[in-house]
Amino acid sequence: MDWNFIIFSVVKVAVVFGVLMTMVAYSVMAERKIAAWIQDRPGPNRVAPPFVKYIPVLGPFLTRIGFFQPLADGLKSFLKEDFTPGGVKKIYFWLAPAVAVVPALMTVAVIPFGSVMGSQKMVIADLNVGILYTFGIVSLGVYGIVLAGYAANSKFPFLGGIRASAQMISYEIAMGMSVIPVLLIAGNLNLSGIITWQATHGWLICYAPISFVIFIVSALAETNRTPFDFAEAEQELAGGYNVEYSSMKFAMFPMGEYAAMLASAGMMVTLFFGGWTLPFWCLDQPAHSLGMGLAHILVFIAKMLFFMVVFIWIRWMVPRFRYDQLMDLGWRRFLPLALANILITAIALWIWS
Amino acid sequence: MAIIVNRKKLNFWERLYLPVVIGGLKVTGRHLFRTLFCGKAVTMEYPEQKWTVPTGYRGAPYLVKDQDGDTKCVSCQLCEFVCPPKAIRITPPGDSGQPADRANAEKMPLEFEINMLRCIYCGFCQEVCPEEAIFLQKDYSLTATSRAELIYNKEKLLSLGGIAPGIQKWKHKLEEAKAQENFSVKL
Amino acid sequence: MSTAATTETKTAAPAIEKIKVKIDGREIEVPRLTADWSGKLTPMTMIQACELAKTDVPHYCWHPKLPVVGNCRMCLVEFGTPALGPDRKPVINPDGTFKIAKSPRPAIACATPISPGMEIYTKTPAVKQMREGVLESLLINHPLDCPICDQAGECKLQEYSVDYGQSASRFVEAKVHKPKAVDLGPRIMLDAERCILCTRCIRFTRDIAKDDALGIINRGSYNTIATFPGMPFDNNYTLNTVDVCPVGALTSKDFRFQMRAWFLKETKSVCTSCATGCSVLFGSREEKIYRYTPRDNDAVNASWMCDAGRLNYKWIARADRLKDVLVRGQKSTWTAALNELSDKLKKAPVGSVAIIASARQTNEELWLISKLKAKLGAISDSIARVGDADKLLVSADKNSNTNGARLTGICFTEMGVNLQPITDGIESGKIKTLIVFGENIAKHGVNKEKLRDSETVGEVVTEHSLTPELLAKLETLVVSDIHANETTKLAHFVLPGATHAEKRGSFTNGKGRVQKFMKAVEAPGDARAEWEFLHDLVHNVTGQNGFVTIEGLFNQMAKEVPAFSGLTWQAIGDTGVTVQI
Repeated sequence: MDWNFIIFSVVKVAVVFGVLMTMVAYSVMAERKIAAWIQDRPGPNRVAPPFVKYIPVLGPFLTRIGFFQPLADGLKSFLKEDFTPGGVKKIYFWLAPAVAVVPALMTVAVIPFGSVMGSQKMVIADLNVGILYTFGIVSLGVYGIVLAGYAANSKFPFLGGIRASAQMISYEIAMGMSVIPVLLIAGNLNLSGIITWQATHGWLICYAPISFVIFIVSALAETNRTPFDFAEAEQELAGGYNVEYSSMKFAMFPMGEYAAMLASAGMMVTLFFGGWTLPFWCLDQPAHSLGMGLAHILVFIAKMLFFMVVFIWIRWMVPRFRYDQLMDLGWRRFLPLALANILITAIALWIWS
Repeated sequence: MAIIVNRKKLNFWERLYLPVVIGGLKVTGRHLFRTLFCGKAVTMEYPEQKWTVPTGYRGAPYLVKDQDGDTKCVSCQLCEFVCPPKAIRITPPGDSGQPADRANAEKMPLEFEINMLRCIYCGFCQEVCPEEAIFLQKDYSLTATSRAELIYNKEKLLSLGGIAPGIQKWKHKLEEAKAQENFSVKL
Repeated sequence: MSTAATTETKTAAPAIEKIKVKIDGREIEVPRLTADWSGKLTPMTMIQACELAKTDVPHYCWHPKLPVVGNCRMCLVEFGTPALGPDRKPVINPDGTFKIAKSPRPAIACATPISPGMEIYTKTPAVKQMREGVLESLLINHPLDCPICDQAGECKLQEYSVDYGQSASRFVEAKVHKPKAVDLGPRIMLDAERCILCTRCIRFTRDIAKDDALGIINRGSYNTIATFPGMPFDNNYTLNTVDVCPVGALTSKDFRFQMRAWFLKETKSVCTSCATGCSVLFGSREEKIYRYTPRDNDAVNASWMCDAGRLNYKWIARADRLKDVLVRGQKSTWTAALNELSDKLKKAPVGSVAIIASARQTNEELWLISKLKAKLGAISDSIARVGDADKLLVSADKNSNTNGARLTGICFTEMGVNLQPITDGIESGKIKTLIVFGENIAKHGVNKEKLRDSETVGEVVTEHSLTPELLAKLETLVVSDIHANETTKLAHFVLPGATHAEKRGSFTNGKGRVQKFMKAVEAPGDARAEWEFLHDLVHNVTGQNGFVTIEGLFNQMAKEVPAFSGLTWQAIGDTGVTVQI
């Protein structure tokens, strides 16, 4: 362990964390804007600091697209009264929001968001068992919600927590199974290795489309997004697990949700869409210059944002499932399908090799 | 009697659910595109864009003047009486009060106040007014920084109310009386 | 003074023969004769019989207290009398009833006497049609002035138009226009267009007020009420014509455009301007009194009252009302002031206290004061006010409760005889404490001018010897009054009182009629009804516990004061009871 490694890791962690949090903030704005457009509304278009109106064209434009909305939302969350209701289990009540955010951020550690810049690989931790680490960490995300539901000592949060635990365990399995064909094909557990494999053989979506479908649906369920947002379910549970939360503690839950979405999008890009590569303009080779390295990072972010938009888009289109349908889909459709998928892939690989 | 509706048997393609999802994405995508690029948002952006108030809308009640610019109200206080939330308060002129704008109408209110915070826009005052002097007009957004500001006095109500042409019965009565002056025996 | 109270002082009238008539098929027994407007016995008319039967007959010109003229025709009814056979005997139907010969023509109910067996029909289609026709005729020239007419809301023409009027006028020609806002007298405004020529006002001034000032001039459609040229309509009863006017032709200048009649809360009360004590109604809205109107009370004022009394209400809301309890000029509270005062009175030696009560206070208050007087061994009196009297209602005694003061023992039959002894007592230093209720004695003593010029007509207050210099000698001067004056300035204790409009109580008028009055408005500021704080004071000083309600107080007084024995608050009723004085 040399100082060089420590310094660069810290820098990478800091930069990735900063970019990720900014993306989380603007994901919330994007969610509201896209929701508005789909519903024929203009969406947030008023908030702006006072000086902005003096900037000629850009000022009104930024105001119009709601550029400053996340700032206002964040400020509002900080300034609101942080209320702890009587009768809650205080330790868990305070712990739950942190537990909701941390796993989502930790997942990002193993995702390669670029090739190389100078001598540094653009990944915080290039683990050999990256996928296994990811699944291990993502499973922890459910604890935040379950703890919140339990700690609140109130029936709606409690129901939300119960639903979340059952749902997440169900989809964890289908999700894990769906990735096995990818590993079989690529023959590697290291995410950088998978990307390198895709650079030469083409994107894995072409080899394992069924895996992708199972993965994206499971990812929606894992991140508590509509049509699988049973833990929140405003109409049924009045907000579910976060009913008793306010102020910044409440804001941590959406933050965790959007961070998890970004991580899922990153995983999808890495596993099925070639990560930071593009099959033209020589973008599928590791970078030789800083500019190329930056281009790879931008490609990765662009692909990630595409999946973010898809997530949001799906939310404003599909209604929530019924609980039994959710369980039926997870256990009786996706699990057998994923198993069959593994079997077929394995047989095909055996025949061709 | 219960009606039993048989569920349609879905084929494989339909049971797959994905085509429907794709169809949904198409519909929502179309809306998104139209709102974003064709400016077809249905939202009215209120302070800049104003609503077209339909005829017959019951907005804030104001006093009106006739086409000669005279106050129509004669302080009969029927509106004050009929007002369900007691928003109207009229001070009658008294014997020595100021003369009415139209001499033969004999009186008009010394003060006429409507508490717009109390008003429920029911329109009873307009309906009961025998002089057609008060109308619910099109104002729907009354704002002020204090409660006192929203108690509108006579001058304010008259200036906001404007002119409402009518049959001008007092004017006609005066003309009629003048025409008869030759016949009437003076006291 | 020991005789029991009776409700009537008159000897029983001779028995009057009763006859049976049928009104709308319902048989009723009514007296054949009844008192007319002047009190003379005359045959009962159909409208009076209908009134006894509680059947409403619309009318304009007929008034129970005025001579009958029968010119409005509104009270037309159909009727029938027992048919007479050739033998001049009534024809009997097979079922034993009289055979009725229905009159082919209607009759005016106000001027047609009843006869035995008569049947009156007030609800037939023909009667309804007649009423509609009469009303339409009256409305031909009547202007659409209701929004600006003070009578609106209590206008007979409006009421009957609702019952018998048509929604649209058939009269297409121009209406006849007559003078409007005519200054008929100092208190009366005439609108000739609105007049329906019922002549009630003419009959009132001629026959009741005995001032034949009004008449009808011009002909046909131009008929107009007017005074005789050069003769003013300014007697002391002109405002009664406003009351009798069924429409808005005669209106009061005082009430003109002040408030609409339908807003006024009516409170039964008594006029306090003189010892007559006319029954009145207060018209008040939101703690402000707008007018007095006379209330029917045949034992006191019939349906009338004088203009001076009627307009004597503005002092109630005057700006110089006492609103705070003052102890030696400092603002205090009722509890503190009454405690201090009662401690002083308890320690006062017998004979060192004098009380000057007012003969304008209620019986209950005077009785409470008399209890104080008995306990303290005090000398007490009141102050007389004398003015001009007339032959109709106005009494020379301008104190409203002189008899109450006498009956409760506050003063002797001749009021004011104790004032000189009180003066002497103060001068010699024997009397150290003087309690004054509602009398500005400081002013009386030095000035002979009238107390309140606007208040009553020609009032003169008796001269007496109490001067401000004398009052300054007192150790304690307690004054309870309504308005601030010279005496309250000198007082050590000022207890703000309530006017008769702000409390309940009873007065005994000049003829011994005990009448109660009700509360119309709230007293301003800290002012309290005198009986309320007197009750506390009496309790503190004498230790006797009394009643905290005016009903209980009156009933207790009736038990203890011989003149009122047998009376209860409830039994007084709205028109009062006459007691022996």
